[in-house]
Formats: sequence, structure tokens, C-alpha cells
Amino acid sequence: MTGLVLAQAATGAADTVTTGEAVAFWILGPLALAGGLGMLFARNAVHSALWLAMSMLSLGVLYMVQQAPFLGFVQIIVYTGAVMMLFLFVLMLVGRDSSDSVVEVLRGQRLAASVFGLGFGVLVVAAVARSLTQVTPAGLNQVNTTGGGNVSNIGRSLFTDYLFPFELTSALLITAALGAMVLAFTGHDRKRRTQRETVVARFRGEHARPSPLPGPGVFATANSVATPALLQDGSVAPESLSEIIEATAAEQLAEDLAEVSGRVAGPDPRALRGPAGTATAPPGASATAGASAAEGES
Amino acid sequence: MTPTYYLLLSALLFTIGAVGVLIRRNAIVVFMCVELMLNAVNLTLVTFARINGGLDGQVMAFFVMVVAAAEVVVGLAIIMSIFRTRRSASVDDSNLLKY
Repeated sequence: MTGLVLAQAATGAADTVTTGEAVAFWILGPLALAGGLGMLFARNAVHSALWLAMSMLSLGVLYMVQQAPFLGFVQIIVYTGAVMMLFLFVLMLVGRDSSDSVVEVLRGQRLAASVFGLGFGVLVVAAVARSLTQVTPAGLNQVNTTGGGNVSNIGRSLFTDYLFPFELTSALLITAALGAMVLAFTGHDRKRRTQRETVVARFRGEHARPSPLPGPGVFATANSVATPALLQDGSVAPESLSEIIEATAAEQLAEDLAEVSGRVAGPDPRALRGPAGTATAPPGASATAGASAAEGES
Repeated sequence: MTPTYYLLLSALLFTIGAVGVLIRRNAIVVFMCVELMLNAVNLTLVTFARINGGLDGQVMAFFVMVVAAAEVVVGLAIIMSIFRTRRSASVDDSNLLKY
């Protein structure tokens, strides 16, 4: 088959680029380049995906212009239709805000990459432009018009000359599907415990303590989680201290704690009722409730 | 105009993709840049098929597309599982095997 194709090509007339093709190239080529550059410089990953979709669409049309209609349609259907939409799905799953950080982990890496890219591009473009000046393309007009056209010829070639790689491709696709399933499997098929089962398990000793941890206390001066809860005697409940927030040790709050626990005499709440010792207030009532509790302790 | 211009376009696209792989930090965008490089190579194959006058280059481009599709599926699944454990899709955050 290949020999036949090559023999036809050798006898065929040289391919020439028509004006229409040149117009299509000078429109679609810059569009493809703009799509690539837009993907490179877009801060938002979704914008990058859309720029890349534009670039791939332009490339698909360029394939069709270059007498490869089958590949052009496969490009549009598989790449822009399936692969890019898969990219967008994953972007939406991962979250749109997972954008690039501007911080350079390696110092000067962006500059080095830009210099590398510039040098690489200049080298490749110069090499291609210098080495391929005298080439006269054989063209695919004859191949695409005999034997049922482009699609039939590609199919015949796939199932005769390239049969073994084609079968390997099937193995690759099965492996990829299995691998994606294994990697994306989360294993959330266990039944959730009911509330009753949770309570029973808690009292059987599967947790450290049967009740939840006490919440943080709230003072008039601070309502942060760093503020510990107080027990009945005014001491700090050690289990309400956050393990993460170690910086707010109890001694930082010593003054507040002393005031609340009544070890220091606070302002007299009943001072406005009159002097102590009058008939309305019994002796000792001018002290705060916390103070009386402290006295009761001692 | 000769078909060489297609090769120049493909070289430029490949360069853009390579620079993107080096510069971007989001793993998904890095994957997109790899896709752009594969597409550039496909354009080269199609152009060479035309210059050569046979369909072998187009068949090769077809195989490249199949491999690229499989690669995207597995790669995105890996990115998803990394994101599930690390809560980040940045390639800078996956540095536990660094030292």
C-alpha cells in the first residue's frame, strides 16, 4: 500500500499553495499563535483553557486546508470537543481560584525559561527556514482522489500496514481507562453511622471521652477561641484550651481570670443601693458574688 | 508561499508550549501546554505527509492524538488525586520528594 502511494506521489504533479490556502493560513496561523500566547499569559486557568481551544480549532481547520480532512475533524471533535471539555471539568472540580502564584520558588526561573524559549524558537525557526527552502511538496491530490478518498485510505492503512500499532493502541486505551478509574476512586461506599450507633460507640470507649470537649469561654474583654472556659471554682478548664493556639497561655489571661474568679475585689455592683450596713443590705452583701464564693472556698 | 510556513508556525507553537511548561505553576495549565506541544507536532506530521505525498504522516498524527487522549485522562486523574490529598493543584506544593 505504501509503495503504491509513494509511486503515485512520485508521478503526481507538484503541489502548489493556492491563494485561498495562503489567505486561510495567514488568518488561522496568527489566530493559533494568539491562542497559544493567550494560554501562556492568562492568569485565570479557565481563560487559558478557552485560549487553547481557539488555538486547537484553528489547527483543525489548518489540517483540513492541508488535505487532511479526517484529521481535521478528529482534531475538532476529540481535542476541542472532548479533551478541552475534560480540562474544563477538572478545572471546575479543582476550583477556579487555584491560579498561579507569582512567587518564584527558584530564583530567576521565569527569566531563564523566557531566554530558553527565545533561543529555542530562534534556533528551530532558523533551522527549518534554512533547510527547507528548496522543497517542492508532492501533494496529496492524487492520494486523496483515488481509492475512496482520504478517510478510506487512512482506514486501509491503519488496518493493514499499521495493524500492530493499532492493536497496541487498544491496550493503551484500556490501561488508561482502568488507571483513571483507580486514581479517581475515592472509596466512599461505607455506610455512615447513625447518631444512635455513634453514641453507643462513644460510651463503649471508642473515643477518649464520652462527651464532646468543652467550648471556649467568653469574657467581656475577649471572645476568641483562645480564651479558655472556666470551671465552677473559677479555674481554667484545661480541656477547653486549644492545642493549636498555644501562644495564649493561661498566664497571659491571669488578670482577667483573677477578676472573674473573684480573687481580686472588683467594683461593687450594689454600691448605688446605699451604704453597707443599712437595713436593705445585710453585712457583707457589698462584696461581689465571686468574692463571696472565693471567701467560701477559703 | 510554501508549506514550510506551516512548519514555522508549528515550531513557534511548540516553543510557546515548552515555555509554558517551564513558567506556569498550575498543574492543569502545564498539562494544557503539553497538549499544545503535541498539537504542534501533529501539524508538523500533517505538513510532512503533504510534502512527502503519502498518508503515513497522517496516520502517525492519528496515533499521536490517541496517545494524547490517554495521557490527558491519566494525567488529569493524577492531578485530581493530588488535589484531593494536598488541596492544591500547584506544582510547587508537591515537593515532598524533594530532599
